[in-house]
Amino acid sequence: MIDVDRADRIDGPLLVIEGFGQAGYGELVEVHGPTGTHLGEVLSAGEDAAVVELWGDTTGLRARDLRVRFRGEALRLGVSREMLGRVFDGLGRPRDGLPAPVPEARLDVHGAPLNPAARDYPQDVIETGISAVDGLNTLVRGQKLPIFSGAGLPHDELASQIALQARLTGGNEDDAFAVVFVALGISHDTAAYFRERFAASGMLGRTALFLNLADDPPMERIVTPRAALTLAEHLAFEHGMHVLALMTDMTNYAEALRELSARKNEVPGRKGYPGYLYTDLAGLYERCGRARGRSGSLTQIPVLSMPGDDITHPIPDLTGYITEGQIVLSRALHRAGVYPPVDVPLSLSRLMKDGIGEGRTRDDHAEVAAQLFAAYARVREVRNLALIIGESALSPTDRTYLAFGTAFEHEVLAQGMDETRTIEATLDRAWGALSRLPMDELQRVSYAQLTKHYRDAREERTRGHA
Amino acid sequence: MSLVGHLIQVTGPIARMRTVAPVGVLEHVLVGHDRLAAEVISIDHDRATVQIYEETVGLRPGEPVHGTGHPLSVVVGPGLIGQTFDGIQRPLEVVREAQGIYLRRGAAAGLPPRRWRFTPALAVGDVVGPGAVLGSVPETPLVTNRVLVPPTLRGTLVRLAPEGDLDDTDEVACVRDAAGAMHVITLLQRWPVRRARPFRERLEPDRPLITGQRVLDTFFPIVRGGSAALPGPFGAGKTVLQHSLAKWSDAQVIVYVGCGERGNEMAQVLEEFPALVDPRSGRPLMERTILVANTSNMPVAAREASVYTGITMAEYYRDQGYHVALMADSTSRWAEALREIAGRLEEMPAEEGYPAYLPSRLAAFYERAGRVTTLAGDEGSVSVIGAVSPPGGDFTEPVTQHTQRFTRAFWALERELASARHYPAVSWKGSYSFYADNVAAWWRAESGLDWLALRRRAADVLEQDARLEQMVRLVGADALPDRQRWVIDVAALIKEGVLRQNALHEIDAFCSPAKQVRLLSLFVELHDEGASLLELGVPLMQIRERLDRGRLTRLKESVANDAPELIDEVWHETRRELASLRRQAEEQAKGAAA
Ligand SMILES: Nc1ncnc2c1ncn2[C@@H]1O[C@H](COP(=O)(O)OP(=O)(O)OP(=O)(O)O)[C@@H](O)[C@H]1O
Ligand SMILES: [Mg+2]
Repeated sequence: MIDVDRADRIDGPLLVIEGFGQAGYGELVEVHGPTGTHLGEVLSAGEDAAVVELWGDTTGLRARDLRVRFRGEALRLGVSREMLGRVFDGLGRPRDGLPAPVPEARLDVHGAPLNPAARDYPQDVIETGISAVDGLNTLVRGQKLPIFSGAGLPHDELASQIALQARLTGGNEDDAFAVVFVALGISHDTAAYFRERFAASGMLGRTALFLNLADDPPMERIVTPRAALTLAEHLAFEHGMHVLALMTDMTNYAEALRELSARKNEVPGRKGYPGYLYTDLAGLYERCGRARGRSGSLTQIPVLSMPGDDITHPIPDLTGYITEGQIVLSRALHRAGVYPPVDVPLSLSRLMKDGIGEGRTRDDHAEVAAQLFAAYARVREVRNLALIIGESALSPTDRTYLAFGTAFEHEVLAQGMDETRTIEATLDRAWGALSRLPMDELQRVSYAQLTKHYRDAREERTRGHA
Repeated sequence: MSLVGHLIQVTGPIARMRTVAPVGVLEHVLVGHDRLAAEVISIDHDRATVQIYEETVGLRPGEPVHGTGHPLSVVVGPGLIGQTFDGIQRPLEVVREAQGIYLRRGAAAGLPPRRWRFTPALAVGDVVGPGAVLGSVPETPLVTNRVLVPPTLRGTLVRLAPEGDLDDTDEVACVRDAAGAMHVITLLQRWPVRRARPFRERLEPDRPLITGQRVLDTFFPIVRGGSAALPGPFGAGKTVLQHSLAKWSDAQVIVYVGCGERGNEMAQVLEEFPALVDPRSGRPLMERTILVANTSNMPVAAREASVYTGITMAEYYRDQGYHVALMADSTSRWAEALREIAGRLEEMPAEEGYPAYLPSRLAAFYERAGRVTTLAGDEGSVSVIGAVSPPGGDFTEPVTQHTQRFTRAFWALERELASARHYPAVSWKGSYSFYADNVAAWWRAESGLDWLALRRRAADVLEQDARLEQMVRLVGADALPDRQRWVIDVAALIKEGVLRQNALHEIDAFCSPAKQVRLLSLFVELHDEGASLLELGVPLMQIRERLDRGRLTRLKESVANDAPELIDEVWHETRRELASLRRQAEEQAKGAAA
């Protein structure tokens, strides 16, 4: 630890200390000024100058009027299982008035990459009780599956419902489950919403909350997910827990990064975001998975709002390039009153394929999901056509697609915010919707599955009608 | 290893040093007390800039830099196959044993030491030139490693190990050059990572690299020694396709470079490949595969190096006379690593922040693909397939554009196809290959058919269908005349029954050339047969009633690769069905005339 009692220049978020050659690259720096304490890290360690990047707000800070402490190591977080049930600020300090738990270890918040050869391929399903997820976009332990949303869409409801209902399938009911909730620049109201929902279901005890709210320093947002994931990794790989990290809203995180980059005068990339946004986001999202010889897992659900509902915007785009699929919310379905309004064609769980099937979920799962996608794609074409030529001019087959579309949206996709369905029930509902189509149209399911389910579903439905 | 200087500044993966002893550009140096792997990228008087391949947090000015006296190199020799390396060729399994589940820095790991059974092919006294085969060791049941005289050496063999077991660092041979200097050759050798390995002569492509993917082999083929670009937005299927190529293509050695992508994907390969069996040899796929895994969260400089590490190993097997295929997923992450490093060096950015030398780096990389006569006079090849991840799926961005210039096959993945779950989402409108003429003779010999013509007829149906698409959207297919609806019907069958291929299906994952040709012929013949019936006045409804479309489109999954003649049987049956329509129509025509 070295103290320096001055700086030479303050340039936006950058602090320059000339003639100081003992800084280590990336080490944590504390700056004590009249406006309080700021944290930052060494951006450039030279023999004749050190450049420090500060995370807090630097207005009012004067170069001559401060003390700079070089901490000799990168930012560390004391982690412990006792942090479950507690609330922390964006830098991991208690925010609930209680003393900090005694740490089991103090870890560099930047983490270290998991050795690819030490990873286990994630294949065990997490049942969320939500048909649109379990049936069509199955979540797997160790996966990163973001929710792409937009202003006014019910992503908070969906994310919290997933967190509340999530349970392990396959006889591992007793395995310890934990939630790490990471608020990034969201409002007090939204944070309170999550807290209340967790509390109401008795889940707060297994949840650690890291809150960087809208009125907290935006630059601390750069640290918040790192601190939270450091705890999550510790719980997953040292305590063998199954951890679900919910991070909302990643758009606020990326904007903080953009702001910092602009203030450092870096060459801007697309839409002003720095060229290293991919690498930076990957440094967060890749902190996820399973490790050989460890029983726990770390699953991430980052939530982000797509500026202008544009999926090609750099934030969703780069996220999609890193995560293992995405759940996209649809404004049209939301307007039509469907909850959760999951945009089926655009959503995808990439790890689903090896997590489902006989012995894992059900033997018809893959085929049913494929058939639903294909048939629903056709529904959209037929609806467009009906707009032009009128429903009555449609061929009889096309009309069955309209019936299927409605059934699919209302009987499979839609469900209550507190409603839990088993995967079994989801698949049965799917057959109910598919049975509206003539058997010939079901080209993505095998004859074997058709014989097993199609007629039954049809009869079941007509009996229901009678 | 000697002290060459001291650090004067550290900024992320880039550091500057003051030199106290001579050091070369591209020299492999070890930075700091932890001896982090690094490379000298420029020298200016007594200052040098180095690029560091490991995490640099905590590194301070004043720390020492040691030289190694040689450029950053790849170790080549038996034992590479079956390994997983990071971007600068550290075997990750060895690192894991030393360090646990997380990657820590300062891992100095080499290949695990092994003994090999060497069989000499020459004798003492023989005159040997660069690349001459001294002998061989069985590397895996699928790959015999040929021990070569290094590409720069010529002389007389003064010693050669007899048949027997050798450590990988034991002397295999000793060569006296013209100047009388003695050169000891071991099984493990070094080659500078950024330098292409020499060969005697470049050859024209002569035969396809069979990928087992119908849409590629039939419509957009690649050749042995060819290069292909695989661009597509996220989730369009680049990685699944690259994995399929690594699994099923008929190369003899596969180098798979996971460059700046996901850890779970590498875990998947490590889980799947050892359990999968090569359909041609019946052996586990891992026995012909080398993995390079520098995931997106691993150091960015090592990501930049990873494609070179990969292609150097690929060339090493080419030089032994093998047909090698390299998959790089994703070259965009490599380009972005270049951009990040250029930014740290405060170089002048060109297009979209990429350095001005981006195109020349891409060109030089794809130039290393090719079919060649090796220095020893054998034939070998390196085929390169590079995935490209354009921001926003926009193909006009620099990496896609330049890659397109330097590759000869372009496999464009389309978001629309992917979201309709039509995989592989290779666009039949936006893709192309310049290799079709190179492979036509091979296909003709293989199938006994005029392959180019067959392919053209199928492409023609798809083109007509594309033109009708707009109409269908406006008025519905049912409003079109039978002739056009038939084109749409057959196009749908071709899309479903030929182009679509399920990478996860036990049978359909890989399609043999014989099966591909038969499937395609079936639908092309069906098209012509139906068109001629319509000419005779047979209503489309009747043709449709006689077709079991589900059966036809499922042939790809129901017919095994080694029983393609079953497809012909189904076609004969189908034709018999249709023949009755023809008879009816002809009788009716006769009746009407009478
Ligand atoms: N040939 C295929 N057969 C079956 N499913 C496929 C196929 N290709 C792609 N998919 C599906 O699409 C998903 C995404 O594919 P993939 O991971 O290859 O995309 P990508 O283009 O590599 O995306 P990114 O650029 O984000 O890495 C897969 O997880 C799988 O569900
Ligand atoms: Mg990919």
